[in-house]
Amino acid sequence: MNAAADFSQAGELVCPAGTPAALRTAVDAGADTVYCGFQDATNARNFPGLNFTLPELEASVAYAHARGARVLLALNTYPPAGKFDLWRAAAANAARLKVDACIVADMGVARHIATEYPGLRLHLSVQAAASSPEAIRYYCQHFGVRRVVLPRILTIPEIHAIKQETPCEIETFIFGNHGLMVEGRCSLTNWLTGESTNMDGVCSPAGKVTYEEDADGGLRSCLGGFTIDRFAPDETAGYPTICKGRYAAPHRPEGYYAFEEPVSLNLARLLPDLMGAGVHAFKIEGRQRSKSYVRKVVGAFRAAVDAIRAGATPDLADLVALTEGQKETQGAFQTKKWR
Amino acid sequence: MTDTSAHRTPRAALPAMLPSAPLRALLQPVLARVVRRVAARHPGMFARIAPYQQADFLIVATELPFALHLRPDPQAPLFRAVPRDPLPAHDARIEAPFMLLLNLVDGETDGDAAFFSRDLVISGNTEAVVSLRNALDDVEGSIAQDTADLFGPPGRLVLDALRRRAAP
Amino acid sequence: MELTLGPLAYHWTPERRADFYARIADEAPVSTVCLGEVICSKRAPFFEREIPRMIERLTRAGKRVVLSSLAEVMLKRERQATAGLMEIDDPEVEINNAAGLLARGGRAHRVGPFLNAYNEATIDWLAGQGATHVCLPGEMPRNAVAAAAQAAAALGVGVEVQVFGRAPLAVSARCYHARAHGRTKDNCRFICEDDPDGMPLTTGDGQPILRVNGIQTQSESYIELSEELPAMAALGVTHARLMPQDVDMVAVAHVFDDVLCARTDPEEGRARLSAICASTSFSNGFWHGEAGYRHISRRANAV
Repeated sequence: MNAAADFSQAGELVCPAGTPAALRTAVDAGADTVYCGFQDATNARNFPGLNFTLPELEASVAYAHARGARVLLALNTYPPAGKFDLWRAAAANAARLKVDACIVADMGVARHIATEYPGLRLHLSVQAAASSPEAIRYYCQHFGVRRVVLPRILTIPEIHAIKQETPCEIETFIFGNHGLMVEGRCSLTNWLTGESTNMDGVCSPAGKVTYEEDADGGLRSCLGGFTIDRFAPDETAGYPTICKGRYAAPHRPEGYYAFEEPVSLNLARLLPDLMGAGVHAFKIEGRQRSKSYVRKVVGAFRAAVDAIRAGATPDLADLVALTEGQKETQGAFQTKKWR
Repeated sequence: MTDTSAHRTPRAALPAMLPSAPLRALLQPVLARVVRRVAARHPGMFARIAPYQQADFLIVATELPFALHLRPDPQAPLFRAVPRDPLPAHDARIEAPFMLLLNLVDGETDGDAAFFSRDLVISGNTEAVVSLRNALDDVEGSIAQDTADLFGPPGRLVLDALRRRAAP
Repeated sequence: MELTLGPLAYHWTPERRADFYARIADEAPVSTVCLGEVICSKRAPFFEREIPRMIERLTRAGKRVVLSSLAEVMLKRERQATAGLMEIDDPEVEINNAAGLLARGGRAHRVGPFLNAYNEATIDWLAGQGATHVCLPGEMPRNAVAAAAQAAAALGVGVEVQVFGRAPLAVSARCYHARAHGRTKDNCRFICEDDPDGMPLTTGDGQPILRVNGIQTQSESYIELSEELPAMAALGVTHARLMPQDVDMVAVAHVFDDVLCARTDPEEGRARLSAICASTSFSNGFWHGEAGYRHISRRANAV
């Protein structure tokens, strides 16, 4: 174990990196921990041009460790039968390159790592959708999971209650794309595109996305040939994610955001409450985003967490413009009414 | 955070007073030098766009009278000025005000944010654009600065002037 | 290969539910019937009080009954319901959430489609913890089903694949039925009861695309894999699951049974199903590793 692998301090900032440059940017901006993935289906951001080769991950782990930061490897997809070897190889590489933990969702993958690499720390991905103390305890008991990433569907009192009954560390999302469906249980993308979020690691893959401009300057976003949304010329746009599309229903013939508007999660203002609820680590979403995003978001949250630790009121930078559709939400965390 | 709204109104239509064809002829050797230099200094970025090394990208700066054609072929990288009207055949088109494009290339601005705010328009093969974006984002340092350095003090002078003009 | 009737995903009225399961008991050629509220814990109390009578009725008719657990377990009532169900030894239980696995503690059980048993390693693990039967996730393509079925057979574990009904595509903590009517989940007043086959969503171009069923999102078209039944049996799939829709499910079950027993050829079976499900189109994309909504015709497939 390297000196960096001390996860004991609460308020840990867990930051995204889609490329080695983004990883260095995150570490330099104050990330305690950076998470990343290989260039294949073993992680849930299997996007074109993104992610790490083996030599890149090796160099990145060295860069992070030299600066006291940790590197987590996302192995958080569900291997379809017949393809398990790809995940097996990724786990072997993770152990060899001495990443500080693997983030897993599939029970087969978790068991494989727990058995073959008992020294390798396991975090339970949000893709496992463990949203009760019982589900979390199942993974802790059987696979030695040390941390759970909670689904973005719980209020702060509920998180606090889970912490009371859970033997492992709690990590929650604080910023970024705000998925609506239970993670790891969503086949919407596969239904329209033939590429699976769980098995292939994609959500609304760019290869199936088209944007079409209307004559009046409006913009139509499509996925797999289906219109997901249409934006007026002055309206802020969104990526054609199915759960953030506009549809018509019998009672809503005018069309409405049936699941959620294109908003982004931003819990900057709730940081002190989350720490009070026993949340150990804060996760920033966005491995697919640029290093400009990483620099700004990580920097802002670094300052906020440091202020809270020092007993000061955090001076919160305005992160709104970075969020999707330039609108932000506190989602389920603030009130049950969200449901 | 970069104020993308500053790009909405171009401060100046750069060389709009010049006829397009002679200007393009003037630019071709310069652009060729730029892309050869980037290719030589950042060979790693081509691996990230492996499936799209033969793709034709058109980069359209809103204020410029011509468009830029990029084909990120590591063997024969192509970067040249092409007419805007009509645009030549292409796989993907990326359009934004000039300074926003420059900031995107340099990782100073987040592409998603620029897209959500509608300052950046893309059409054609979205996956090719995303690959190019991710490849460029892994390049350390400033491509714009590298390019300016290529032309010595006059190059740096031009870049500084551009940045000042775009500053909010 | 046997036919299973999966758990009812919708919030039907008690009368309708009672009639439905009575007809299934008397007339449907299915060997196994899954009962219980899987989608929404708010609906569960309505269903629960009818279940003992349904178990008795179905068992008397020679059906094997399986009690299915909630897919989403988060609230206290959901945790309690799951723990309570896991104490039952007879009938069998089908577990849809890891919280149920903890409570079950290694005693025999079935694994439901929401538990994400995608591969040999996971099936092997679950079998070691008492799983006797696995319903695979609906999005798995034929090749993966084949590999999973082979592994399950070696472990003596039954394997089930959904062959009829809307594809379950997502679940959420938020109720989209309530949202469509400007309500919240806590204040939903069971508006989902108005849509016995889900609430249709259409795109901005007027194209039907999805169905909302409370916290669940389903496909607009029905999965229909009757013509694949012989191939599935050859791969080692032991059970084919029919999901209850708002159509004549007894008639649907008869078509599948006829195709399974080669009393009806697949084309005729398809024609009969089309007549039964007149207003709904069919899909089989997931099975072929394509976009789920697509329908790949056997002829095109052979070419």
